[in-house]
Amino acid sequence: MTVVNLKDICTRFGTHEVHRDLSLTVEKGERLALVGGSGCGKSVLLSEIALLRQPDAGDIELFGLSLQSLNQSGMAHLRKQIGMMFQQGALFSSLTVLENIILPLREHQRLSESHLQELAMLKLKLTGLPDIAAWKYPQELSGGMLKRAAVARALALDPALLLLDEPTAGLDPAGASDFDEMLLELHATLDLTLILVTHDLDSLWRVTSHVAFLGEKRVLAKQPMSVLSENSHPDIQHYFSNTRARRAAIELEN
Amino acid sequence: MALSHKTELPTLVLRDQGYCLTGHWTTHHIQALQRVGLPRLKGGTIDWYSEIQSLDTNGAVFLLKLIKNNGSVWPKGLSTAHERLLNYVDQYAIEVPAKAPELNMLADIGYRATQTLGHGRELLEFFGRLSALLFSLLLNPRQLKIKMLLDVVQRDGLHAVPIIALLAFLLGAVIAYQGGLQLATYGANIFIVELVSLTMLRELAPLICAIIVAGRSGSSYAAQLATMQMNQEVLALRSLGQDPFAWLILPKLLGLMLVMPLLTLLSMFAGIAGGMVVASLQLGLSPLEFLQRFGTEVGVIHVWVGLIKAPVFALLIVNVGCMQGLLAKGGAEAVGHSTTRSVVQGIFLVIIADALFSVLFAQLGW
Repeated sequence: MTVVNLKDICTRFGTHEVHRDLSLTVEKGERLALVGGSGCGKSVLLSEIALLRQPDAGDIELFGLSLQSLNQSGMAHLRKQIGMMFQQGALFSSLTVLENIILPLREHQRLSESHLQELAMLKLKLTGLPDIAAWKYPQELSGGMLKRAAVARALALDPALLLLDEPTAGLDPAGASDFDEMLLELHATLDLTLILVTHDLDSLWRVTSHVAFLGEKRVLAKQPMSVLSENSHPDIQHYFSNTRARRAAIELEN
Repeated sequence: MALSHKTELPTLVLRDQGYCLTGHWTTHHIQALQRVGLPRLKGGTIDWYSEIQSLDTNGAVFLLKLIKNNGSVWPKGLSTAHERLLNYVDQYAIEVPAKAPELNMLADIGYRATQTLGHGRELLEFFGRLSALLFSLLLNPRQLKIKMLLDVVQRDGLHAVPIIALLAFLLGAVIAYQGGLQLATYGANIFIVELVSLTMLRELAPLICAIIVAGRSGSSYAAQLATMQMNQEVLALRSLGQDPFAWLILPKLLGLMLVMPLLTLLSMFAGIAGGMVVASLQLGLSPLEFLQRFGTEVGVIHVWVGLIKAPVFALLIVNVGCMQGLLAKGGAEAVGHSTTRSVVQGIFLVIIADALFSVLFAQLGW
């Protein structure tokens, strides 16, 4: 089943064109990373998939439903199937972590408070946060915990599609690889499709099943990482040919 | 397949072979799950089997509750994926940790008192640093960021001219109108000149200016500094060897102290113009007569009384706005709080100061 189908997407900021006739499909169960140089529109594309931004032209199909055919309630229903983790977490700073996770549950359903707290607590545990984080405010958390809390909130409604914007940016290497393992575990158990924007080469090798390389305003290639890193396109070569990238690849081989 | 068409509710039905679980045990049906997932069924060991079509973590929580309420025997016929998910969720013992206990009343009073004292100390510290900075500015005037000061003059002075002029004009007109009604009954029309002039010059012009500036500029100072504080921009300035006060507060302070008297002067003119218009329309007092009487009867001391207040009000507004901004801690809500406080405390202090000025001027006989 195709979860995301982008057809001929065009995005412009004023006169600056970011995407031209960009097409991309993501199948159910894929773990796709969007990569490319800075400013090539990865995060913009992610927010278009998350229905937070409309492309200037082209059609987006999610779960087989074309956005153009949907009314407001259809859109709202679709949004509940999508979880989004923002780069800085974007947790509500006036609510505790647990209240942050409860918020979407409370909004959509009428449940007793104890049930709400239980469901939220499960999400907290799934993302590997310690119990004491529950009643803390986002600004009291470390960077790694903040990212996990953001994932926990994104998972609150059990979405089928999880979008992550630079999940491991700013984490220490050990924290980043723990985070990668958590994503893999969630993916394996929860029937998730993952799309992540990342620059972390370790994550690209470890987490993804496919990598889509954005360049020249479109998707240059969508391939598994091992194939993509051998791709002969000059931009892709340039992206992966620097020493840091090579070191990550060598380490993985060993 | 469209996800919106998963309509079969999660249910528990008694069939010949035993209890049967059917439907979609997913977040979409979470309210139905709450109803289904809890009952304690009759009979010893429960014999049940699963025809569950889909299951997610929220559904698994309720399914596990149902299982544990009834002898902890897992239903037969679970698909491997569902079994894996149940195992995955089951490994976590879900316990909601208790919140930190709230303080009892006595401790709460103590906590608040120390906080208030702390705030007072910070206020003193703030004044101290500002005074020290002003002193060092006298020794080394090059510290002053002229461009930022001019920026304040433009944004908080020039751009406030239309609104202040309009409001002062209307205020003068209203006073003339209300006063004129009374004066006309005594045939004392001509005294409208003193009424409008004295109230505007001595009290209302500086006050209306201060109130608008507190709402317009004081609040924006607080919001700006609070956001900068949270983005660690203030710390960044300090790490670059710069004094945040010199960059962020001094230009605002000096700039506002410079434009506030000018704005006050403007609102004096506008207010008296407003009174003059109403006097000529309502009381038949021509503008020429109005100005003649204004020249002979209203002393220039009244203008000075109004103007002296202006820089003091500016000082209060900038201090309160900047201090509230720098003290803000936390997130978006704290920015809102500090903005509100800056306006409320700013206007409060302005009116207190105005009252003190009245006493002072009465003593001096001005």
